[in-house]
Amino acid sequence: MAAVPHSDLPDLSDHVVVRRMHWGRWAAVAVILLLLASLARAFAVGQIEWQVVGQFITAPTILSGLLNTVVMAVAAMALGIMLGVVAAVMRMSSNPVLQGVALGYAWLFRGTPIILQLLLWFNLALIFPTIGLPGIGWVRTVDVMTPAFAALLGLAINQGAYTSEVVRAGMLSVDVGQYEAAKAIGMTRLRALRRIVFPQAMRVVIPPLGNEFIGMVKLTSLASVIQFTEILHSAQNIYYANAHVIELLIVAALWYLLVVSILTPLQMLLERRFSRGSAGGR
Amino acid sequence: MRPLVSLVRLNKSFGDFRALRDVSLDVAAGEVVCIIGASGSGKTTLLRCVNQLVEPDSGAIWVDGELAGYRAAQGRLHRLSEAEIARQRRATGMVFQRFNLFPHLTALGNITEGPVQVLRQPRAEAEAEARALLARVGLAEKAESYPAQLSGGQQQRVAIARALAMKPRLMLFDEPTSALDPELVGEVLAVMRELAASGMTMIVVTHELGFAREVADRVVFMDHGVIIETGTPAEVLSAPREARTQAFISAVLA
Repeated sequence: MAAVPHSDLPDLSDHVVVRRMHWGRWAAVAVILLLLASLARAFAVGQIEWQVVGQFITAPTILSGLLNTVVMAVAAMALGIMLGVVAAVMRMSSNPVLQGVALGYAWLFRGTPIILQLLLWFNLALIFPTIGLPGIGWVRTVDVMTPAFAALLGLAINQGAYTSEVVRAGMLSVDVGQYEAAKAIGMTRLRALRRIVFPQAMRVVIPPLGNEFIGMVKLTSLASVIQFTEILHSAQNIYYANAHVIELLIVAALWYLLVVSILTPLQMLLERRFSRGSAGGR
Repeated sequence: MRPLVSLVRLNKSFGDFRALRDVSLDVAAGEVVCIIGASGSGKTTLLRCVNQLVEPDSGAIWVDGELAGYRAAQGRLHRLSEAEIARQRRATGMVFQRFNLFPHLTALGNITEGPVQVLRQPRAEAEAEARALLARVGLAEKAESYPAQLSGGQQQRVAIARALAMKPRLMLFDEPTSALDPELVGEVLAVMRELAASGMTMIVVTHELGFAREVADRVVFMDHGVIIETGTPAEVLSAPREARTQAFISAVLA
């Protein structure tokens, strides 16, 4: 062949490529299988009554607890995202008062443990026996501050403080030229944010928010300390009565795993939706 | 006749760097003015002052008889609200060096965004006009393409159509061909040439001396934040009076 410059070099064109054997990988697989097998054996011979798990996995108390967990996670996350967006826009505004308020909000609610915040909201009646607005009316705090409402406030406000930083990162990821082009066609700052900046920021914001949503599903379990009957609280109520502690914890764990497993593909769908126009996807 | 644009004694500093020093410039309706000069000479800052993307430290900007950014009353200047400044910007179209198309919108979506969102034009009407504009810049078949699917020259032509969709009195071009591959420069200049011939008032910051010579009514040469020389293309480009203009032009042509 004319293209081969040195005919004295060996011709390799008919050689078969042999794949490298990854001995280390095979060894790792063997060790992992061994560990898994012994773990499975431990659970099989351990004092777990698996029929109790099967019996309670669809118990009405557990299912209503599951519903409360999911509804609370969705509601707290939705409210948290709204608060986070508002706080991020305030933080990025040129108004120093708004900036200060946003900074103070993040400082206060990121600086204290969420469980403490939940207890504070739930016990608000101790310092404010009645709440309301002058001219509209007053109500007794204990009537309003139910476990569910206290959990929603506590989780959402705490989430908003974290989400504001995620949203701010998304806004910073959008090129300055996009703000300028939006201004040049006569958009105000808020319209430019809504129409031009946020749709582009979504690409950056969704993966960490998906992460936070998964965290929120599990964070709702903390609301059991203020008597909110989410799934862990339901499981605890049952094992206080029948003493099948591990079985009911497994029931709760299986449901948490299932919910989180459903969220991951949902996140991927959202990511695809917001990658329109980027080099990667349409 | 009153000029469409009057820049009166503009000064602007970025930190210690003085981008504009007492710069004044009038542009008549229908006139095409090309601003040339080395980078850092203040020409882009001057252009961005016209539609208030840069706020000068002192001086006045008049566009179509309206003072930009302020309301004068009883010897005082009152800063306009953000919404009023946004309204003033509508009359001025801007084309950027790096196109700055909205990547999440199609070519058509980029063009209709301003008319629909800002001018509150009915969508069907805005889309019909946008398609006509796309045809005018030679991209009728690219309406549904996203910016990432277009070449640089095509993106810049969509950006020109986007600016024209706002029906501006004035078009600003900030080095519109500097980010383009050499073979794509011609198609953008052709669109700008057609626009100039249609009577549009244009202020063009450019390094394309050939375009300036052919299309400009007036060429402005800037250096270190000062207008050094201004005149017809023949005067400034072929027979510059100032030594700095001569040096710049011979350096560009070399």
